[in-house]
Amino acid sequence: MDAAQFADELDQNRRYLLRVARLQLRDADLAEDVVQDTLLAALGAREGFTGRSSVKTWLTGILKHKIVDAIRRKQRQPVVAASFDEETDLDDFDPLFKDNGAWQAPPADWGDPENALSQQEFMGVMELCLDRLPPNTARVFVMREVLELETDEICKELRITPNNLWVILYRARMALRQCIEQNWFSGPRT
Amino acid sequence: MLHRLTHVLSCREAARLVSEAQDRPLTVTERVKLRLHLFVCSGCSRFARQIEFLRDAVARFRT
Repeated sequence: MDAAQFADELDQNRRYLLRVARLQLRDADLAEDVVQDTLLAALGAREGFTGRSSVKTWLTGILKHKIVDAIRRKQRQPVVAASFDEETDLDDFDPLFKDNGAWQAPPADWGDPENALSQQEFMGVMELCLDRLPPNTARVFVMREVLELETDEICKELRITPNNLWVILYRARMALRQCIEQNWFSGPRT
Repeated sequence: MLHRLTHVLSCREAARLVSEAQDRPLTVTERVKLRLHLFVCSGCSRFARQIEFLRDAVARFRT
């Protein structure tokens, strides 16, 4: 791949990187900065790209580090910790279940959901549902599932306990599952 | 008899374990309880498949 091609590839992935960074950081300006940083670092480290993975995967790897750095800097602001506690309150009653622990409404039949994966429209619903998560919940979920950080890394970065983390991820998955069910799998669809 | 197995673990607890299995290794006891529960509870086995699917879907989002 020559330099022009490479720059082109970077440009093509810009929108995707921005989307991930925005979801993660919930701060458009900061996301913009982090993506700039990532693209600059990628340009400077072109030799590091071996072509074994896709450019997108490689860029996501760089973005991951840039985001962790940004969070680390942001973490010094105590505001984040406060809202974290609010969102991760363990006593929060779980409206999806009855008192005896049975489902209020058992999960619907999604048929053969794999078909949805190839549809652009479905990815749009996913993004919408991710956007609807409470900010800190979304950040943690993206760290875990999109950036694929290990749980102990996340705990360390955010200074939360593993149990806290499991609860946040559980909530995120529950909310996402429900949102996707409501917006994709419940309507009449072929 | 089979119905009693669902009482070893409630659906709420089963859902938590399904999620946590993606983030930590479950203990042997938890695995056995969960497997028994999923065996008799169609709602939760659906849920478990959907949570798996979500992970794949997010992975697709990434690549």
